[in-house]
Amino acid sequence: MNESIIKEFTAIVGDENVMTSETDRHTYSYDAAVLDTAMPSLVVRPDNSEALGKTVKLCNDNGLPLTVRGAGTNLSGGTIPHPGGVVVLTNGLNRILEINEEDLYAVVEPGVITATFAAEAAACGLFYPPDPGSQTVSTLGGNVAENAGGLRGLKYGVTKDYVMGVDFWDVNGNLIKTGSRTVKCVSGYNLAGLMVGSEGTLGVFDKLILKLIPPPKSSKSMMAIFSSMKAASETVSAIIASRIIPATLEIMDNFTIRTVENFRHAGLPTEAAALLLIEVDGHPGQVEEEAALVEQICRQHGASELKVASDAAERDVIWQARRDALPALAKLKPTCVLEDATVPRSKIPAMIQALDEISREFQLTIGTFGHAGDGNLHPTILTDRRDAKEWQRVEKGIDEIFKRALELGGTLSGEHGIGLAKAKYLVLETNRGTLDYCRRMKSVLDPKNILNPGKIIG
Amino acid sequence: MANLQELAQLFKELDDQLVSCMRCGMCQAVCPVFAQTGREADVTRGKLALLDGLAREMLTDAAGVNEKLNRCLMCGTCQSNCPSGVKIMDIFLKARAIMTGYFGLSKTKQAIFHGMLANPRLFNVLTGMGATFQGLFTKKVDDMLGSSCARFNAPLVGDRHFNTLAATPLHKIVPELDTPAGASGIRVAFFTGCVIDKIFPHVGEAALKVLEKKGVGVFLPSNQGCCGIPALSSGDGATFDKLVALNLQRFTTAEFDYLLTTCATCTSTIKELWPRMFKGDPALSADIKVLADKTMDISQFLVDILEVKEAAATSGRNVTYHDPCHLKNSLGITSQPRTMIKAAGCTFKEMREAGSCCGCGGSFNVAHYDLSKKIGTRKAENIIDSGTDTLATSCPACMLHITDMLSRKKAGMEVKHIIELYADSMKNQG
Ligand SMILES: Cc1cc2nc3c(=O)[nH]c(=O)nc-3n(C[C@H](O)[C@H](O)[C@H](O)COP(=O)(O)OP(=O)(O)OC[C@H]3O[C@@H](n4cnc5c(N)ncnc54)[C@H](O)[C@@H]3O)c2cc1C
Ligand code: SF4
Ligand code: SF4
Ligand code: SF4
Repeated sequence: MNESIIKEFTAIVGDENVMTSETDRHTYSYDAAVLDTAMPSLVVRPDNSEALGKTVKLCNDNGLPLTVRGAGTNLSGGTIPHPGGVVVLTNGLNRILEINEEDLYAVVEPGVITATFAAEAAACGLFYPPDPGSQTVSTLGGNVAENAGGLRGLKYGVTKDYVMGVDFWDVNGNLIKTGSRTVKCVSGYNLAGLMVGSEGTLGVFDKLILKLIPPPKSSKSMMAIFSSMKAASETVSAIIASRIIPATLEIMDNFTIRTVENFRHAGLPTEAAALLLIEVDGHPGQVEEEAALVEQICRQHGASELKVASDAAERDVIWQARRDALPALAKLKPTCVLEDATVPRSKIPAMIQALDEISREFQLTIGTFGHAGDGNLHPTILTDRRDAKEWQRVEKGIDEIFKRALELGGTLSGEHGIGLAKAKYLVLETNRGTLDYCRRMKSVLDPKNILNPGKIIG
Repeated sequence: MANLQELAQLFKELDDQLVSCMRCGMCQAVCPVFAQTGREADVTRGKLALLDGLAREMLTDAAGVNEKLNRCLMCGTCQSNCPSGVKIMDIFLKARAIMTGYFGLSKTKQAIFHGMLANPRLFNVLTGMGATFQGLFTKKVDDMLGSSCARFNAPLVGDRHFNTLAATPLHKIVPELDTPAGASGIRVAFFTGCVIDKIFPHVGEAALKVLEKKGVGVFLPSNQGCCGIPALSSGDGATFDKLVALNLQRFTTAEFDYLLTTCATCTSTIKELWPRMFKGDPALSADIKVLADKTMDISQFLVDILEVKEAAATSGRNVTYHDPCHLKNSLGITSQPRTMIKAAGCTFKEMREAGSCCGCGGSFNVAHYDLSKKIGTRKAENIIDSGTDTLATSCPACMLHITDMLSRKKAGMEVKHIIELYADSMKNQG
């Protein structure tokens, strides 16, 4: 990149916030997706709102592709820059500007870390439910841009359900204000909604207004053991059908159970074909009632054993098992491809059946766990990317997973985003017209196509 | 020496280990250096990506990668929290050795490692002179100590507030020891370690006293060497091998049940790194393994083996505890030192982030003092906020760094090794 442009960036963000060396740039060439790297030509770290806006404008004036990066933990290549482009870091914009206890909202900068924010809210007696597995590092900007989910999605929804407003920079360096601090707001287009899940392709978030809620008063966790995935997944459907919405309803297959047990030795039933991990929460009376009902449904559907946590330590054992799923699987093989194809929850049994067939047909090791309650499974393919032959089978297997999920009326991605990884499949889920519509919209809002080019719509 | 392609070839040998990093980025939550700078090249994921980039010949600036690689405390926090179980410390140590092979060892380090560390007698004589003529000799001794122990600060460099060399090092107070097992029926060997020997000999004395009172026989051979971590983490495998062999020879001349140290770094080095990183005479590896298996931290020995129990708080001391990285992350020892504090009759209070690194990382501390100071300042604030009067820990290197940081804040708190507290309580009991 030419010196004079670098000087202009330096004037905006300060010397210490411009990185040009090969080594620094290389460390912003990847994210958590299993994809090839791409080298940016410059990395900048604005530490105030004005600098962020000027940075966007400068990129646009010079036709430089710009990729915003939070913690770089997305699993779909959303922060792999355009080769030679500019990476804009948000970790200098990490202030919680306001937590309003009267009106139950907060205003934050995009680089605030999810767990830090949730803890601050909790300290004020409030609850921010979206809890992606990466919450100790992921940023709220990244969460909004990916519409991140988490364990509590079933009852509490996902990030989009907590976005009240987004102030963002357009490519010309204008600050666009959307949404409001009110529960209701119908002033103009729902642009904040458009920003959710936009993966840095439509605007650069400057501030987020997020909804907070009162925390549940009590909760109860349990673990149910099943002798088939079918029985477990039918139980999931039955619980929902009986009008109970647990806060969390997770499933684990036998392969995952064994792997986790091997890893933690917490006494999981390694012979079980499936586990359901369930938490109901709310008012104490309601919790008791619902827990009893859930127990009953589990038994009716053939749960061979049920463990209800009687104290915090036992509750922890249950959720630690779920938290261990990914780390334990990841340790088995060098490469771990975490998918998140999602189906309507009544189709969970069918999807599980499909995954079983796919793993046999393509001779793949797949551990399946995930948010059964909301139809969002995480089939995790364990492989070694260096093994070219196996990798071909992996790619075919992934294609097949998407195909089957779509056939069941599902979606390509429940929470990990489209990014680069799934851009080519988007047309399968939608249609040519939809894609054209998106591209036309993008071409007007971002005529030089500088905002994270290549992501989502190709 | 070698060209870039040859260097890439060497890094390719790390490929099997490098590939296990799934780039999840979870290390960003725990790395103390990243917490200060927010730069990806400072966090584990970034460093591993850089090594991978060299191996794949995507990068040309090997010196740049080397510089980033050294911006690391080698605290192991990332490894003990890595969901993918990447053998990060192994990778970093091997990478440092490859880099040192490529760029050579700096002149100062060459002089120190080859000339002194590998030669305990000379090392002792020189530091001994330093203690006698504090001030006169300090500069030389500082340079030497500063880059010697991996977690060893350079006393008096710049404006540091430092513990100076002890007037009489432990090897002068107790040149050697060889007592039979007493009432406990147990006999241990004691590995002193440089910082205990030369700066905190009273910690070593306290340990020996406790062992004596507990009826434990002690074998303490003369002319022990450094555990070798400074050389290893500077990529000087040859000096490391020499030191391991030398120590092995000193410690295999008698029978004992356990090998104890009061230095977290020494314990983890002997236990974890001697068996894995020794590349010298293969005939020695069986003995190294035996010794490593016998090695224990002093609090682990007292609590797990001698079953020392918590006691009523009678000392009037309010104590908080800092987990040395090399005990917590490398060996998973966290409860035993806390039990020891309570066993010493002290009131224990947990501080915030007790398990985060104090920021002392040996040559890191010397090369990146400002960064190290920032990390240490956060530690010091957490310590002060605990509202106690004493900071206890289990590693002399942490004691040094924390003393420096607390005294900058004029905290007026005492810094003690847990074994000192326990020895005091035994004294009071008579
Ligand atoms: C171990 C692990 C567990 C995970 N668990 C979950 C889970 O349970 N649920 C889930 O949904 N996801 C999960 N993820 C995926 C990932 O953590 C989420 O997608 C998260 O929201 C990404 O946040 P980030 O800060 O890392 O964003 P990044 O990866 O840095 O960026 C993500 C996208 O957001 C854009 N972006 C970031 N900041 C801005 C901004 N200010 N303005 C505009 N665009 C912006 C980027 O350009 C990019 O397209 C997990 C990932 C890992 C590695
Ligand atoms: S936590 Fe482990 S696997 Fe994840 S990026 Fe860091 S080193 Fe790699
Ligand atoms: S060893 Fe410590 S300083 Fe080095 S990368 Fe890991 S966490 Fe960071
Ligand atoms: S760890 Fe202990 S023995 Fe090793 S160099 Fe440091 S003080 Fe000396």
